[in-house]
Amino acid sequence: MSMVAEAPLKNAVPTDQELIDFVVREARLIDQQRFDEWLDMYADDAFYWMPLEWNQTDPRLTCSLMYEDKLLLSIRVERLKGARTFSQKPKSRCHHVLQTPQVDSRDAAANSYVTWTPIHYVETRLDEQALYAAWVTHHLSVENGKLKIKLKRVDLINCDAAFGNIQLFM
Amino acid sequence: MTRYAGNAAALRALVREQEVHRDVYVSEEVFQLEMAHMFPNSWVYVGHDSQVPNPGDYYGTTIGTQPVLLVRHTDGKVHVLHNRCPHKGTRITSETCGNTGKFFRCPYHAWSFKTDGSLLAIPLKKGYENTGFEQSHAAPGMAPVRHVRNYRGFVFAKINDGGLDFEEFFGESLSSFDNMVDRSPVGQLKVAGGVLRYMHNCNWKMLVENQTDTCHPMVAHESSAGTVVEVWKKAPPGTKKPMAVEIIAPFMSPYEFFENMGIRIWDNGHGHTGVHHSIHSDYSAVPGYFDKMTAAYGEARAKAILDENRHNTVYFPNIMIKGPIQLLRQFKPIAANKTLVESWTFQLVDAPDMLLERTLMYNRLINAPTSIVGHDDLEMYERAQEGLHSNGNEWVNLQRLYSPDEAEQTNVAVNGTSEWPMRHQFRAWTKFMTMGM
Ligand code: FES
Ligand SMILES: [Fe+2]
Repeated sequence: MSMVAEAPLKNAVPTDQELIDFVVREARLIDQQRFDEWLDMYADDAFYWMPLEWNQTDPRLTCSLMYEDKLLLSIRVERLKGARTFSQKPKSRCHHVLQTPQVDSRDAAANSYVTWTPIHYVETRLDEQALYAAWVTHHLSVENGKLKIKLKRVDLINCDAAFGNIQLFM
Repeated sequence: MTRYAGNAAALRALVREQEVHRDVYVSEEVFQLEMAHMFPNSWVYVGHDSQVPNPGDYYGTTIGTQPVLLVRHTDGKVHVLHNRCPHKGTRITSETCGNTGKFFRCPYHAWSFKTDGSLLAIPLKKGYENTGFEQSHAAPGMAPVRHVRNYRGFVFAKINDGGLDFEEFFGESLSSFDNMVDRSPVGQLKVAGGVLRYMHNCNWKMLVENQTDTCHPMVAHESSAGTVVEVWKKAPPGTKKPMAVEIIAPFMSPYEFFENMGIRIWDNGHGHTGVHHSIHSDYSAVPGYFDKMTAAYGEARAKAILDENRHNTVYFPNIMIKGPIQLLRQFKPIAANKTLVESWTFQLVDAPDMLLERTLMYNRLINAPTSIVGHDDLEMYERAQEGLHSNGNEWVNLQRLYSPDEAEQTNVAVNGTSEWPMRHQFRAWTKFMTMGM
C-alpha cells in the first residue's frame, strides 16, 4: 500500500515530469482510499467538475454530475467514514488505469499548468463492477512550493447515459 | 404461470387497507398488467411543450414501457404519437429530440408521415393498389395517442379511451402546477439545464412512495445530510451559509418538523407534503426576484405565490414535482425490478438566473447518480427489492396513522408523517389497474 510522501518541487517552476507524477499520484491516492491526503492535493478554492453534457462549457446554468468545491468534497470524504453510511457497507473499491498524462499548457508567469489524461476507471461493490472511460483535465498551480489542483474536470465518454450509483472519485 | 391476468379479484386482493402484497413490487406478471392496464388508463406525463417550441420539433419518451413521440404539428398544436412505423414497427426517430421538418420519414423503406402521424406517401405505392390496403392497420399512419392535454405547458396523455377525463383525474391537485408556473413573473416555464438520468434496480412504486415518506430523511440520510450538518458546525463563526448547506442540511430536520409540515390528500392517488412549510421554506431570498413578482402580480398576490412551500407533489402514477424549485422527477418503469429516474429542471421565464442555478445545484446534490443523498435512497430501495423475496412475510406495512374512514375522504390535510398518501396511491392503483377488466 505504501507510497512515499509527496516530494517537494525541486524548483519554483515544476517540470513536465513533476506534473505527470502529481496526476498519477492523485489517482493512486484514490485507489488506496487515502482520501484525507487526496483532499490535501486540492487548493482551498478548487472545484471538482464532472459535466453532464458533451463539450459542456457552463457549470452554473447547465447541470453537471458533480460540480463541487472543497467543502462538498470534504463532506464526501467524511461521509465515507461514517458508521451509518449504509451505501458503503460494504465499501466500494476502485481502480484507475491512466494513459501517460500530457502537458497541454504551462504558463509559469500565470502559475497555471494544464494536463490531459485519458483514463479507464473501475468501481466495484459486492457483485457489481462498472467500467467508465473518461478524459481528465487537471488545472494545477504551485502554492507554497507544492502543486495543487485548482480544477479537476472529468469528461465521461458517455456523460449523458443513465448510470447507477457512482460513489467514489474518478 | 399466470395468476393475475384477467383476474380483477386477485389483483384487488393484493391491496389491503393497511398493507400491500409484495407481488405489486416483485411480480413480473403484475408489472406487465400495470403496463397493459394501469398506465393506459391513467393520464401520464409525456413532456413539456418548451421541449418542442417549433413546428416539426419532436421529443421521444415512454408511457409506461411504450415508446411515444411528443411533436409540434404544422398548425402549432402538440401531438403525441406512438413511435413505431405502421409498416414493420421500426422506431421512426433516430435522436431523442430534434426537428423533423414538415414530415417524418421512416429510415427503413421511406414511408413518410405528417407531423400529426397521418400517412403522407409510400414509395412504389402502386404495389398496394387493389390489396385492400385502405382497410389495413397501416393505412392511417403513425397511430396517435388520442387523449392529449397540455396543462400550462405540461403535456399529459391517456392511451385508453376509457377512464376519467383530465379534470376529473387531477381535480384540485393541479394547484401545484399552477403555483410552480405562477412563480415566473410572466407565468411561463422552460425546460432548462439538462436532465439527470439515474438507473435504479427496484420497482418504480418504491420511488413514488418515497416522495411522501417523511420518516426516512433523518434516518437514511443521516450519512449525507448529517455529515453536512457536522462539517458545517466546524466552519468559523460568521461564515456565510453556502447554498449547498442550505439545500442539504434541512433533510436532518427532526420528526416534529415533518409531522407539522402536513400532508394533503387529493383524489386518484395525488397528494403533497409540505402544507404549512417544507425543507424549501428557508432558502435565502434571491436579489431582485420579489420586485419582479410584485411588479407582475401586485404585492399581496406575489407574497401568496411565494409563501406556498409545498415540498413534494405526487401525481399518480409516476411523477413528482417541487413547485418552489421548479423540478420534476419521472419514475419510468422498465421492469418489475428496474426503473429509470429522470430529474428535469425548469427555468422561470423572466426571473433571475440564480433561481435556476439553485435548482440545478439541488438536482445534482440530491438526484444525480453521483449524489450522496441519492446513494442513501437507492441503497434502501435495492435492499427492499431483495428482501421482498423472503417468504417469511409477504406483506408490506403501510399502517402509520391509519384511520378506518379515510377511503371516503379527499382534499384533506393530515399529519405530515402519515402513510395515508401511500395507502391512497394503492387505492388508485387498484382502481386504474382493474378499470374495465
Ligand atoms: S418499416 Fe418503416 S417504412 Fe418499412
Ligand atoms: Fe430520500
